[in-house]
Amino acid sequence: MNKYQKVAYYPGCALEGTGHAYNSSTKAVGKALGLELDEVKDWNCCGAMEVKNVDPKVQTYLSSRVMAIAAHEMKAKVVMAPCNGCYHNLKKAEYDLANDEASRQTVDRISKKAGHETYQAGSLETIHALDWIKDGIGEEELKRRLKSSLKGLKVANYYGCMYTRPRHIFPEKDQGPGSESTSQPHFMDDLLAVAGAENVDFPLKTACCGGAHTLSDSDTSTQLVLNILQAAEVAGADVIATECPTCHSGLEMHQVRAEKVLGTKTKVRMLYFTQLLGVALGVSPRKLGVHENVSDGLALLKEKGIA
Amino acid sequence: MSAARGTLLARAEAVLEEWVRARGETPTQDTVETFRLLALHRQGARGVPSFNACRETCREIAYHYNLLEESGDGKPRLMMEMLVRHLELFVRGKMEVEGLGDFCCASRPVREKSLLEERTDG
Repeated sequence: MNKYQKVAYYPGCALEGTGHAYNSSTKAVGKALGLELDEVKDWNCCGAMEVKNVDPKVQTYLSSRVMAIAAHEMKAKVVMAPCNGCYHNLKKAEYDLANDEASRQTVDRISKKAGHETYQAGSLETIHALDWIKDGIGEEELKRRLKSSLKGLKVANYYGCMYTRPRHIFPEKDQGPGSESTSQPHFMDDLLAVAGAENVDFPLKTACCGGAHTLSDSDTSTQLVLNILQAAEVAGADVIATECPTCHSGLEMHQVRAEKVLGTKTKVRMLYFTQLLGVALGVSPRKLGVHENVSDGLALLKEKGIA
Repeated sequence: MSAARGTLLARAEAVLEEWVRARGETPTQDTVETFRLLALHRQGARGVPSFNACRETCREIAYHYNLLEESGDGKPRLMMEMLVRHLELFVRGKMEVEGLGDFCCASRPVREKSLLEERTDG
């Protein structure tokens, strides 16, 4: 059995809130592909950016607790996190626990105090939803299961900045053919191309969207996002495909704000890659949560004759 | 008249020079893979790992520079302009976050003018 056939699932906080549609579409796509998700029991926040800023080692502990439950209580070998922030933090915790004695001591101390077994580096493999589908099912099998095509849809794939950075916490990337690239990520491009989408050349696919200072300096975030949206339109895209709830809601919110504050309207829509794959797999847009998106993806899919 | 590729590249270098100077260093004259922009990025990211979030933007600027003729126009030129703009916005945000100040008057928040007007009116 493929090791990604059944994985521990760590949705993270965003997928219970603004990223709800990403949660439902990820589950729907998994079901359509015969991939199983077993949600991590009693999971907690990964520490996100807030805890990291206060004390990075406490953030390492919070992420390690999620991995401890998956590895020790659920006996899982693989945990899948669809959110770039969660994925990044679990990977970083794994790296710190393997390489930093002070982090190991802190995590051990807090784990003992919290009354659970300390997570040991190397017990678990953390993957992203893109790895899960790309390596769990493969492009050939995905093609076989398609019910319709995304033909005629021009897509700019946006990975954001946390999916590949910093490079040293992703040792499985940049390993030659078949592996993901940190400078030119392509897993989302590959999957959507199989589903019939036309991927446009999009040079801002890993550029910063200003998500970190969306509250402290909204104007910069709005301008960064507007530049991404306009570049996608110049590239000829109808849709920006996303694979992170924070990036996705940032693009959607600041698209509205750009029109309001700067008077600049953009037409490009945002859809999670799981929503696009789901449509191609014959899942109804409603089950994929397309109606929950702020930008009206459904109208575009109907206009293109895809939904 | 749209800016030529050399002008855009110089603009991108000027942004990174400003970042390097704001951190109390002298901007390098070295090049990486024939581009001073990439050397400046490397210098600017030293000790600030999060500055690598603009690494690929710099590499894409270099790529688009290579795609274009000096007076080349069309989509690649427009895209290069947007990449340079992204670098400007990113560095502006970083300078504010790091407490290094504005890097030019054009980088001030877009609402500053209206806020000032509100205060004056009030």
